[in-house]
Amino acid sequence: MIALLIRDLKLAMRAGGGFGLGLAFFLIVTVLVPFGVGPESQILARIAPGILWVGALLACLLSLDRVFQLDHEDGTLDLLATAPLPMEGAVAIKALAHWLVTGLPLTLSAPIFATLLNLQSPGHLWVFVTLLIGTPALSMIGAFGAALTVGLKRGGLLLSLLVLPLYIPTLIFGAEAATRGAAGLENATPLALMAGITAGAIALLPFAASAAIRVNLR
Amino acid sequence: MTETHRTKQAEDRWNWLWEWANPVKFMSLSGKILPWVMGLCALTLLPGLIWGFFFTPEAVNFGSSVKIIYVHVPTAMLAINIWVMMLVASLIWLVRRHHVSALAAKAAALIGLTMTVAALFTGAIWGEPMWGTYWAWDPRLTSFLILFLFYLGYMALWGAIDDPDTAADLTSVLCLVGSVFALLSRYAVNFWNQGLHQGASLSLDKQENVSDVYWQPLVLAIVGFSLLFVTLLLLRTRTEVRRRRTHALETRERMADA
Repeated sequence: MIALLIRDLKLAMRAGGGFGLGLAFFLIVTVLVPFGVGPESQILARIAPGILWVGALLACLLSLDRVFQLDHEDGTLDLLATAPLPMEGAVAIKALAHWLVTGLPLTLSAPIFATLLNLQSPGHLWVFVTLLIGTPALSMIGAFGAALTVGLKRGGLLLSLLVLPLYIPTLIFGAEAATRGAAGLENATPLALMAGITAGAIALLPFAASAAIRVNLR
Repeated sequence: MTETHRTKQAEDRWNWLWEWANPVKFMSLSGKILPWVMGLCALTLLPGLIWGFFFTPEAVNFGSSVKIIYVHVPTAMLAINIWVMMLVASLIWLVRRHHVSALAAKAAALIGLTMTVAALFTGAIWGEPMWGTYWAWDPRLTSFLILFLFYLGYMALWGAIDDPDTAADLTSVLCLVGSVFALLSRYAVNFWNQGLHQGASLSLDKQENVSDVYWQPLVLAIVGFSLLFVTLLLLRTRTEVRRRRTHALETRERMADA
C-alpha cells in the first residue's frame, strides 16, 4: 500500500500537471471573482468563504480524471485488480494520493488566497479548518466518479456531471461552517456534519468505487 | 430443518414473483395488462383534472391559482417515488441479475426527469402570484433542482456506455450512491435555508390538510398520474426489451457473417 502511495505521488510530482495546475486554477478563480463582482471589500469579505470553497471544489474536480484513467490505459489497473492488495484498499490509497497532491495544497494555500478576498482574521482559520476536514471527502467522492467513468473514451464532462451533484452536501456544510466561523458565530453543527460526511465517504465509497472498477475491467 | 432447505423453501415462496422477470413472460403479461392500465389511467386522470380545474371553488387567498395543485402535487410525489422505484429496481438487478429490472430502471429515469421538470415548472408558475417570485432558494425547491441533476447524471451515464450489462451495473451503483447523497442533500439544504414552501398538504394530521373540496379531486389526480407512470413505464420497458432483442439479433447476424 505504501509502495502504491509513493508511486502515485512520484507520478504526480514528476509527470507535471496534477500538482501545480490545480493550485494555479484555484488562484485564477480567486482572482477572477473580484473582476466579476467588483472590488468593494465589504462584499468580497462576505462571499470569500463561499468563493474559496467553490474554487477548491472545481480545482479538485479538474484533476479527477487522472485518478484511474492513466493506470487504465497502461494496464496498471489490471495488475492492481489481480494483486493481493484488495481493490478497496487500492482505491482508498489512490484517493489519498489525490488528496495529498490537490486537496492538501489547496487547503494550505486557501488562507493566503483569502487575503486577496479581504477575509478578516478568524475567517482564515475557519476556511483552513473546513477545507482540511472537507477535501478528503471531495477526493473520495471524486475517486468514485472516476471509477464509474474509467472505461470511457471521453469521460471528462460526464465525470463532472456525475460528481458535482454528489459534492453538494459537503459544499453546503463546509461553506456554512466557514461563513459562520468567519462571522464569529457558533459553527460546531455544520462542522460535525461535514466531518460525518467525510468519515462516511471514506468508510463506504471505496466499496462502491471498487465495484465500479471491477465492472469496468470485465 | 437444515439451513439450505430453509432457503430453498423461501425461494419457492417468491418464485411466482421472480418468474415475471423472465423477459418472455414479462412481455406477454405486460402486453395483456397494458390496455387495462391505459384505460384506468384515462378514467382517473381526465375526470380528476376536469373536476379539479372546473368544478372546485376558488380558494381564499389563492384565487384560481390553486388549481395548479392538481398537476403540481402528483408530479412532485411521482418525481421522488420514481427515484425510489429506480433504487429498488437497481438493487434487484445487482442482487438477482434480472434484465427486465435494469431496463425498467432505465425506462423510469426519463419519466422521473419529466415529472421533476413538470413539478418545478408548475411550482414556478404558482410561486409567481403567491410569493411574488418564480424561484427562491427554498429547501424544497432546491432539493428538487438537485434531484433533477441526479436524474440528468444517471441518464447521461446510461447514454455514455455502449455495453448494456456494464451500463446496467454502473448505473445501478450510481443509483445506490446517488440515493444516499440525494437524501443527504435534502437535509443539508434544510439546514442551509429556511423556506417559503408550505408544509405537507396531504398528511394524515387534519390540522395541516387541505379541505375536502380540493382533497377528493387531488387524490383522483394522484391516482391518475401514478397510472400514467405505470403505463409509460410498461411502454418504455417493452421498447427497451425489444431494442435489446434487436441488438442481440444484429450481433448474431454480424457474427454469422464474419
